[in-house]
This record gives sequence, C-alpha cells and structure tokens, in this order.
Amino acid sequence: MGISNIWVFSQESNGTATSGTLELLTQARSLGGTVTAFVGGDASAIAGVLGEYGAAKVYATGDLGGALPGAAVASAMKAVIDGGDSPDLILFPQNYEGRDVMSRLSVKVDRTVLTNNVAVAVDGDTVTVTTPVFGGNTLVSTSFSGSAPYLAAFRPKSFAAESAGGGAAEVVAAPVPDLGSTGGATVTAVHVEESTGPKLDEADVVVSGGRGLGEADKFAMVDDLAKILKGAAGASRAIVDAGWVPYSMQVGQTGKVVKPNVYIAAGISGATQHMVGMKGAKNIIAINKDAEAPIFGVADLGIIGDVHKVLPKLIEALQARG
Amino acid sequence: MGYRWVRMSSMKVIVCVKQIPDPALPGELDSSTNTLKRDGKLILDESDSYGVEMALQLVDAAGGGEVALVSMAPNDEMSGMRTALAMGAAQGLLVSDPALAGSDALTTAKVLAAAVQRLGGADLVLAGTESSDGYTGTVPEQMAEVLGLPSVTFAKKVTVDGSTLKVDRQTEAGYDEVTCPLPALVSVTAGVVEPRYPSFKGIMAAKSKPVETVTAADLGVTPVGWEGSGQAVASVEQAPAREAGTIIEDDGESFGKIVEYLETIKVI
Repeated sequence: MGISNIWVFSQESNGTATSGTLELLTQARSLGGTVTAFVGGDASAIAGVLGEYGAAKVYATGDLGGALPGAAVASAMKAVIDGGDSPDLILFPQNYEGRDVMSRLSVKVDRTVLTNNVAVAVDGDTVTVTTPVFGGNTLVSTSFSGSAPYLAAFRPKSFAAESAGGGAAEVVAAPVPDLGSTGGATVTAVHVEESTGPKLDEADVVVSGGRGLGEADKFAMVDDLAKILKGAAGASRAIVDAGWVPYSMQVGQTGKVVKPNVYIAAGISGATQHMVGMKGAKNIIAINKDAEAPIFGVADLGIIGDVHKVLPKLIEALQARG
Repeated sequence: MGYRWVRMSSMKVIVCVKQIPDPALPGELDSSTNTLKRDGKLILDESDSYGVEMALQLVDAAGGGEVALVSMAPNDEMSGMRTALAMGAAQGLLVSDPALAGSDALTTAKVLAAAVQRLGGADLVLAGTESSDGYTGTVPEQMAEVLGLPSVTFAKKVTVDGSTLKVDRQTEAGYDEVTCPLPALVSVTAGVVEPRYPSFKGIMAAKSKPVETVTAADLGVTPVGWEGSGQAVASVEQAPAREAGTIIEDDGESFGKIVEYLETIKVI
C-alpha cells in the first residue's frame, strides 16, 4: 500500500497560513502520495495558499465558535476517518493546538504519537521520524509499528517551505460532531502580549536573557541591546517561570524555536530545554560567568564573564557607533 | 488493609505526578532499549510540584475537600510521591509494574486515567504540561480523552466558580481567558503558583499517609509496555557537532570582541 494519503494539520494566523503549516505541506509533498490539509476553523482565506504549497484537498471544520481546538478538531478528523478517508500519516506542528489535537486523536484511533521531531522518512510502509534528545547532541530515530494512521509532530523550522505552484485546493466541509462530555472549554477573551519590533521567531538578531541577569530589572539591558541591533528580545524558561517577562518571549522546547543570523545569550547556562530552541542559529554568542556552562559548547564566541559588566560596555560601544 | 478517609467538603482534586531521575544528573539512554534510563532513585518532577500546590490552594479556596495523587513509576518508587504528600496531599495511588517498561505516552495516559477512576474520579484532574525528562507533552490531553473530560492545557491561572473553571491559558502570542465546566482536566505551566516547601510536620505526616500500589493488570489496562507501544527505536546517533568556537575570559575589554564578531558577520 505504501504511504499514499498524508494529512497536514494546518493553521491560520492573521488571514494567512502559518509558516509551520507551509513547512509541513512542503515536506508532505516530498514524501509522495496525496496531500490533504485539515483546518480547524474557516479555510476560505487560506485555501489558495494551502493549494499553492501542495494540498490537493482541504478539510475545514468551519468556525469553532471559541471552542478550544483539541477535542473539536480531533472529533472532526475522526468523523472523516470513519467516513472512509483514512490517512496513512498525519503531520502536526509541535505547538499548543497541534499537540492538543494529536493527543485527542491518538486516543480516538488508538495509535501512538511521536512528538518533537525534526525529520521524517518513508520507506515502503515504514515511517521513521527523528527527534533530538539531550540538548540536541543525540538523534533518536523511531519507526511506527502496527497499522496506520501514524501521528507525528514536528518542531517549527524543521523543513524549508517551498511553493509547489499549485492552484487553490478544493475545500470540503468537515463539521465538528457533538462533543458530548468532552466539550465545553470555550475561549471568552483573547490577550496579545507581543512586543514591538521584529517578531521573535522571524528576527535576524535575537538577544536573550536568563537567570544570570540576577533580577527582573536587569532585563532592560537585553531589551536595549536587541533594539540597537534591530532584533528581538527573548528569554530562558527560568526567568519566564519567575515572572520577569511574559511567556511569549520564551525561547526553547516549550517556547519558540528561533533560527536567527545571530543569537546572543546573556546569562543563560544552556539547559536542554533552551538549547533546542536556539541551536539552529547561524552564529551564537554567549556571555556567562560559569566557564562550565553548556551554552559554551555551542557558542561561536563565548565570553566567560559577568553580564552586568560586559553588556553595559557593549551597549555603550554600539551606541557610540551611532 | 483498607483505609478510610473522610470527605470534608466539595472539591476533590487528583494530581498526576511523575517521579523522574534527578535532572541535575546527566541523562542516559539504556543501551539495550534506547529509551531513557529511569531505574535509579527518582524525585518529584519539579513541573508537577506546581500542580500539587495549585490543587492544595483550590481545595482551600473551596472550603474543603481532598487532594490525591496518581503516579506511574518502576520498582515501587514513591519518594517523589512522598514529597507531594508532605506538601499536603492526602493519599496516593502508585502504578508500578515491570510490564510497563517501554510504555509509550498513550499507554501511560490509559494507565493514569484508570488510576484516576480507581480513586473514584475527581472534580478536577491536574497535570503538568510536560515532564522535565521525556517531555512528550501529550499525556494530559490523552488522559482527558480517555476519561471523557473537557480539558484546558497550558493553564497559567486557574480559579473555580461553582461548577465552572476559569483559566488563563498561554498562547503563542499572549493568553486566552477560557471557561470550562467541571469535571475537567487541566494542565498547568511551571511558575503558575509558588510551590510550598514541605514542613517538618508535613514530612513526618507523609510517612504514614496511604499509598496504594497496583499493577497495570489490577487496573485492567492491556497490552502495555513494549508490546502495547506503537513505536520502536530504529537508531541512535550523535548529532553533527558545531565547530568549536572561541571562548575567552572577560578582561574588561571583551565587549570589543563581540563588536568585532558582529562586524565580521555584517550585523553592524
């Protein structure tokens, strides 16, 4: 049979398909077979771009009316599968919605899920995915056993998005069935905490601060440096958990994955959690007073020193250049 | 055997806790199975201490009730559960079974869901968003589906108003306010509350709190372990290493090296 029917859980943001969606569509296309996009919500605004990147068909649930997507979209997917269109492989983005939908669906179809992947290969009926562990130093490849559908989630930027030059995809309604006792979780208000300047996961320069800053107020240095370099400010999980900066600034496993031209880590030791979110940067500069900090293992330029001494001088020097 | 506990009031919360190898020690893969080694001494996953604290606070706010724990760990390991009991949880159910070795996240979710049911269910089931060692991050939502409950993941603030939950849920861009009927399952992010340190009295009391130990078969969950897992590790290899960089000690002028570097790569 081979892997001939591949679905991509596809998401919309500000009227267009997310970059993660286009990456997964591109990858799905390269695996051969038919590519179908599955959208939790209304797909009319993005059917064009989904088709352009390789989707032959788009399933759309229609407006979710504020319902959290986990139970709703998984139920809609299950209804399509029960209706006879059964995918061999479903690719999910490793983010909140992707994780919730795939978890619910895995129970409904009684199949395992493999998360945090960065690569996928198909050989006949065998699907193998690869995930980095221990801060990315070790790559573990895992094959699905048993029968399809196989469910796998991929970290952002695992693949490069490339247009296939296709036309708009056909949109097919995949309404959400009655959720019974699993329904009821409803969004009543949306709050956006994005800062000004370039977006963290798109910026060419990212300056991140960690516990080594010592106190919340000192994060201003990170902000200042990011502004001077026309970049975005990010943070380690430690200081997000401590409440110094909002979660939207977190770089790492549970936050955003960034691949800027240059990443400056100030007072960040380099926990596994953090490293998987920034190791793909082209250039890495680290400042940390602990010579043993793991971050130095990936740094192109490492300064063993106190961020409170190095950053102010660096900021001053850059400002002096105008 | 048998023990009794008296239900004081309305709110019953069950917290899923994972006992993990000390994250301060380097992680290791078992060379025969290529899965994480978990056979040494285990501690309470710090990400789960937030759920325990939140459960205790919610029960307090409800004016009474109880906090119970469910956990799955090898070798009857319960030192991490004792930490949560010392914080104030009333009792625990530990699923420990050599047959569970190699279980995937879906099997884990089925086992923990069955454990929740064995405790008689709850008004609210709490879990961390993901463990600090395996971080698959799917177990809470899978449990909700097995239990037939609505769920809110990535909660950073939780309050209960009658039979309705009010949750601030993290999103990529900020947060959403979400309402959800009880009973429900909620996964909480780290930092959502400040976990209390167990008091000496709490630590002493925890030693005599009931923890029942059961197997997967006791819970009626089969197949489990390698057999039930829909995956097999195919290979393990070292990632290509980054070329070693230049590491220098700050002499007061090292900022100049950063400026030079930024010039070289044409950022400035």
